[in-house]
Order: sequence, then structure tokens, then C-alpha cells
Amino acid sequence: MFKSHVLPEYLATIDTDKCIRCKRCIHNCGWGVYSWSGERVLIDTQKCVKCLRCYHYCPVEAIEIEDSKTRYKDNSSWTYKNIRNIKKQAETGGMPLSGMGCDLPLPILFDNMLLDACQVTNPSIDPLREPMELRTYLGKKPDKLEVERTKDGKLKLKEGFKMTPQIKLDAPFMFSPMSFGSISLNAQKVLAMAAKECGIVMNTGEGSLHEDLLPYTDHVMVQVASGRFGVNPDYLNAGVACEIKIGQGAKPGIGGHLPGEKIPLQVAKTRMIPVGSDALSPAPQHDIYSIEDLRQLIYALKEATEYKKPISVKIATVHNVAAIASGIVRAGADIVYLDGFRGGTGAAPNVIRDHMGIPIEHAIAAVDERLRQEGIRNEASVVAAGGIRSAGDAAKAIALGADAVAIGTAALMTMGCTVCGKCYTGNCSWGITTQRPELTARLDPEIFGERLANLIRSWKHELMEVLGALGVNSIESLRGSRERIRGIGLDTETLDMLGIKAAGT
Amino acid sequence: MTHNFQKDIAGCGLTGLIDKKGKGVDGSHIKTSLSLMTDRGNGLGAGYAAYGIYPEFEDYYAFHVMYDFESSRMEVEEILKANYDIEKKEEIPTAKVESIVINPLLMRYFVKPKAEKIRPGSNEKDFVVQFVMKVNSEIEGAYVFSSGKNMGAFKGVGNPQEIGDFFKIEEYTGYIWTGHTRFPTNTPGWWGGAHPFTLLDWSIVHNGEISSYGINKRYLEMYGYKLTLLTDTEVVAYLFDLLVRRHGLDIKTACTVLAAPFWKDIDRLDDDEREAYTTLRSTYASALLNGPFSLLFGHSKGLVGINDRIKLRPLVAATKGDMTYMASEESAIREICPDPERVWAPRAGDPVIVEREG
Ligand code: SF4
Ligand code: SF4
Repeated sequence: MFKSHVLPEYLATIDTDKCIRCKRCIHNCGWGVYSWSGERVLIDTQKCVKCLRCYHYCPVEAIEIEDSKTRYKDNSSWTYKNIRNIKKQAETGGMPLSGMGCDLPLPILFDNMLLDACQVTNPSIDPLREPMELRTYLGKKPDKLEVERTKDGKLKLKEGFKMTPQIKLDAPFMFSPMSFGSISLNAQKVLAMAAKECGIVMNTGEGSLHEDLLPYTDHVMVQVASGRFGVNPDYLNAGVACEIKIGQGAKPGIGGHLPGEKIPLQVAKTRMIPVGSDALSPAPQHDIYSIEDLRQLIYALKEATEYKKPISVKIATVHNVAAIASGIVRAGADIVYLDGFRGGTGAAPNVIRDHMGIPIEHAIAAVDERLRQEGIRNEASVVAAGGIRSAGDAAKAIALGADAVAIGTAALMTMGCTVCGKCYTGNCSWGITTQRPELTARLDPEIFGERLANLIRSWKHELMEVLGALGVNSIESLRGSRERIRGIGLDTETLDMLGIKAAGT
Repeated sequence: MTHNFQKDIAGCGLTGLIDKKGKGVDGSHIKTSLSLMTDRGNGLGAGYAAYGIYPEFEDYYAFHVMYDFESSRMEVEEILKANYDIEKKEEIPTAKVESIVINPLLMRYFVKPKAEKIRPGSNEKDFVVQFVMKVNSEIEGAYVFSSGKNMGAFKGVGNPQEIGDFFKIEEYTGYIWTGHTRFPTNTPGWWGGAHPFTLLDWSIVHNGEISSYGINKRYLEMYGYKLTLLTDTEVVAYLFDLLVRRHGLDIKTACTVLAAPFWKDIDRLDDDEREAYTTLRSTYASALLNGPFSLLFGHSKGLVGINDRIKLRPLVAATKGDMTYMASEESAIREICPDPERVWAPRAGDPVIVEREG
């Protein structure tokens, strides 16, 4: 057999003077980089993915993981990545895959937008002293409301009026759908615990609902995707809302493939498929080939849930996203979930992930504006996901017009994820995107649930600071208020598309 | 372009009064009251709104229109002639005031929409609103000051005394008066930019900055309103129009939308009320006015004063007999009502609603 021509990406080294031979690195690495020679740790650096689990768990900081110095000769066209992919494809004949979102240096528009703040003419508000409200209700809102006054003057909804079902969020954050199977049950528990703790919502993804999550169902959205895993009336009614997944930002237009190795007994039971069988999610939902079909499925779910749950439709942001979203709203969806092209994934072919879709910033702007032009913005809430990295991004997404943002990758980072991008291997050393029991066991839901809750708390505080600086004390006054954003270094066309003005104007 | 936001930044003083029995008082009172607060403005804008001033034309829409050019007048009058029966047309009477060297042409028209011009399914008021929107957004140099019945707005570039003298407002008698002086920091002296802002018989005088302007504007645009002025105050007038006239909310409920109670207070209510407030607030989230403001909202049946939800701008109210007064400063009230029976500072977000009796 040939030695592979694919250059190793990373160079793992151990300072043998420091190393105390505790073998923790061997135990911690999910990829089998380290082994024991009998007297020292051996390193197979070709296997290293730079997830840094070993680095964090080495008690004496003996480990160093560097980008390997040997690179192909510099060439702006034939980059290291291009050449490496070609060699890999030549050796295997397979499609190069990746986990996590697109990592190419394409423009991130959030970084070209700046928020306003108050000076003199209107006061900023101190969130430590004044109430600052982040509560958000997702779901269809009536165009107008009819109210009455009781005899003693109390406000009352008009007799017979029933508000469409809503999801109540204590802050405009959600966790993106990540299925049991693609992530571990412990990782899902982390999401569920933090969601409950913070008064927000996690999403089962398409892998159905494991019974361990039942105590958290007030903070769970269940998903129906093309594989229809574990979908039954109990499941549909279990959470606070149902979501139909049409597409995912990282891989618009294609389905999913969870290999049999990631289907142990628990996953199999939850998904209601045989142990060890590949779980295939077809590219389209085979009962949705058109918008009318989507309408039927939306109403099938509404019927199944007796019109008590909002129905969300998740799409990848593709070129024509505004028209598609408008169709989805007209088809009866209560929430449109937009997943930008930077959105994460457990596994996607690079050719799809790196070359398809549009950024979430554009998508929010286009969808919000289109729904307003058509006078149907109140008919559905808009959730934005796919590349929300900070409370700053969240604030900008909301100011562009999103009702709430969903985070996936950022949530996984609180569990240890370092965005190594190798989730599709099923070897995640952090116990997140793996079903190997020895790996998943290391992810303690209590501890990491608290860390994730901390992240949300921290973002809440940050968002309150932003609102205070903007001189408003409620999130709805930022939502869609594009007047509070300015663009820097953006051309006129982009500014117009985003509906914002240039800095200094 | 929808994102061509133009927002006025201004500090101001405001005052208003209502005789709930509907008896009229002449304009000298409001002028005296407002002139006391001249230092809250910088001489770049003042104005008055008055109700009950045209009893002989009470069934006609009274259009107060300003023109920068003769051509704009011709253009507007052509549309007027085509769509309205014009009962009377005249220049608004003015007096010479030394400091006011140039002023636009100011006309008033007493009109009724031609019935056949109103599209089926529409109504007279929508018809008038569309006319106002069209003139203000499409006809250069023309701007409708007011468009209600038996009421009118008088405003311009100058201080309260000058504008009052210029329009000879002491010669009008009304049962509701509001007045406003402003301190614009960025908009050019433009007569249309002064308060009050009006639509049909709604009039608004406003002190403060609407920090939620961006979303309020976009929300109104979804309902066909065209926000054309160099100020954020017009969102308030249009929001009242949307909520009260088009959506049929009572004024108190509309105030609850504009200065919504905090969730923590809503959560404490009993089930029915909590549901009502929660639904109201989430439905009309984009109509919440956020940022510092106090405002007076006049309409043919009453006067409303309201503050933002954390009271970042002053508002004082007082009563004496059938009269209710509201102003930025107590002194402005005492200047015309030296011994009120009751004086109080309305709480944040808590509207003072006075309705005309009978
Ligand atoms: S974890 Fe660190 S100290 Fe322990 S064997 Fe590995 S390199 Fe040596
Ligand atoms: S989840 Fe695990 S495998 Fe995936 S990127 Fe994060 S650390 Fe790597």
C-alpha cells in the first residue's frame, strides 16, 4: 500500500521532559492519535484533528498541537486546501466531508455593521437600575386585536377570540436543532437543561425525543424531517412547537446520512429503526414537492396537535429565500426558521457546504422586508440561525428583522467543542458528536448544562446593555429597527439590500 | 427607499388645555402658557392646535396647507378640485411679525370629499388620509398642516410668541388647545417640521425622541402610511390613527400599546387580564414607543397626556373646575391657572385621559 500523499494537517508533540506518563492523552483522544509503547506515548499525528481535548486534560501541559509546518508551495490559486482535497479525492474516490459550518474567508456582514448608541438628545438607560425586557413570543400574531372592557374597566379579549399558539422565550435565543444520533444524549440533555434554566427552547432535530428529555418538554421543539424518525402523535404533541425541516444552511438541498455505527440501541429505539442500520434522510421530503404539499403537511401537523402548537418551517437560505419564505408563511407556517449558509452540521459534503446558499444577514433583510411589503409580517415570526457568534451578532440580526436567533455551534462550544470540524467521524473527544459510550460519558449534563446556561445569561446581559445604550428598554423596540444599524465598507447595493444606511450618514 | 430614515433630534416644551364642557377659550391662554417655556425651545419652531374653532364649517374637513411655491399650490388645488367640493378657500389670516421675514404661503380649504370618488369598500376618512399622504410625500413644496373637522394646526419657524402673534391665534376660540415649542438640533428651519403633527382630527405635540422610530416607521409602512417628515413625531399621530380609527381600540387601550406595561406587571394580573395584556402587547409589539417622551394627543372628543414607560420626560397635570391642563412644566400651567384645585405628575406610562362631555 502507498503511503498517503495527503499532508498531515497538524503536528502533535509531547515534551518528554514534562510528560509524567499518566496516559490521560491516550484515554482522552477519540481519534486514536496516542498509544502506549510500553514506556512512552507514541503519536500518530496524521490522525490528529486539533480538537485539543488532550491539551486540556494533560496535567502538566506537555502537549502542543501545531498546524503542521510542511505545506505545499505557496500558491494563491492552488491553495493548501485545494491541493489536499484533490489528493484525498484521488486516494479515496469519496466526497470530502466536513462537520460544522463553512470556514472559508467569505465576507461576514455582521462585522460590517455597527449599532447606534444614545448621546445627549436621548438618554441611554442603565440596565442595572431599570427594567430591561427581552421576553419574546414566537408565532402568528393577528393583524389587529379586538378587546373589550369589563364593567369595572378591566381589559379583556373579545368574547370568542382565541390567540394563535405562541412560544414564550425569556430571551430571543433558541438552540438549533441537533438530533440525538448526530449528537449524544448527554449533549441533548445539556441543551434541554440550559433551555429550561434560561426559559428558552431547544430543538430535538430529526432524531425524535428520548424519554430522558421528557422532564424538559416545556422547553423543547420537536422536529419532523424527511427521515420521519420516531414521528407519532405523542411526539408531535410532546413539545411547545413542531418544526418541519426542509433544509439546513450547511447543506441546502441535500439530506442526511447517519452511518450505522452511530445507531446504537438507544438511538435506534428513539428513532424507531433497527440497531446499526444507516439512518437516511432523503434530500427532499418525499411528500413535499411543492408549496401546496407543504401546506398540507403544515395543516396535518396542526390537526395532529389540535392547533395548540405553532408550526415552524426551517429552510436553508438560498438565493430566492424571500419568495420562498413568503410562500411558507402563506402556506400557514407560524414561524419561519432561516438557516444561513454558515450554519453548522454534523456532516456535509464540502462542495455543498462551501458553495451554496446565502449569508443569514442577507436572508433576514430580504425576508423581513418582503413579508412587510406583502403586509404579512405579523403572520409568522422569523428565527435566524447560521453564524450567530455573539450577542452582538444576535442584536444585529434582531435589528435587521429577526424575532429570535438560534445557536448551535456556540452552544456546543460550551461543552468543549473547538470547531475541529470532524463531527462526521463519530469520534468527538468531547463526547458531543459521538455515540461511543466511553466518550459520551465524559459530558456531564449537570456541569455543562450550567455552562451553557451561563453563556445564555451572559448574552442576555450583553443584549440588555445594548438595548440600554440604544435608549430602549424592550427587545421589540430593536426588532426590525434597521435605523439603529450603519454599514461600514459596504457598497451601495449591499446597503440597500440590507436596508441600512452607511456609517456617517 | 424605506431605509432612508430621517429623524429629527429635538428637545421641547409642550402645553395643553381642555374644557370638558366644550366651552371655548381664546388662544391667548395657550400662547401665554407656552411663551413661559420659550427657553425650552430655540426659536426654530412653535405651533398650536385648536379644536372647535370653525363651528360654521363643522361638517367640512378644514385643510390647512403650506406651499413653498406657487406651482405646488396649483398642483394641490387641481387634485382638490377633482376630488372635493370646496365650500370655501382662503389664505390663513396672518399678522406682520418683525422677526418673521419669510413665510410660506398658507391656505385653508373647507371641503367635502366627492362621494363618487370614494372607492367602494373604502371610506371618507381613508380617502382624506390618502390625500394627505399623497400631498406630503409626492408634491414638492406642499405640506398639509392639518386635515380634521372644526380644528386646525398653526405652526411655523419662530418662538411661541412670534408664531402666536403671526397667526393671530387669540382671535380663535376653542375648547381644546395644545401648544409646542421646540429645540431642534439637526433639522433645518422648516415650517412643516414644527409641531403639532396632525392627521384627520388627531393632533400630537411631543417632547422627546422616539428611540424605537425605526421599527415604528416600518410597522406603519406595512399599513400604507408614508412617513415623509423630518421628524419622528408623525409616527405617533399615525399610530393613533391606526390603533384607534382603523383598528377600533379605545384610547386607553391604544395608550397601553404605545406605553406598554412591563411584563413583570402584566404577569401579576389575574388570568383574563394577563391574557389580554399579553396578547395586546405581543400583537402590537412594533407599535411600542420606546425612548423618552411626553406627549399630548388631541382629538375632537378629548385630550390625552402620556409619558414613556419610565418617564424620561416631564409632564404635569392640573385641574380647576371644568378645565384640565397638562404641560412640561408646572409653571406653564400656573401662568394661566394660578390656583389649580389639583396638581399632579402623572406616573410613567399612565395616561391622563380627559373626554369632552356630551
Ligand atoms: S496527558 Fe500529558 S502527561 Fe499524561 S501521558 Fe499524555 S502527554 Fe504525558
Ligand atoms: S463537536 Fe466535537 S468533533 Fe465536532 S467540531 Fe466540535 S469538537 Fe470537533
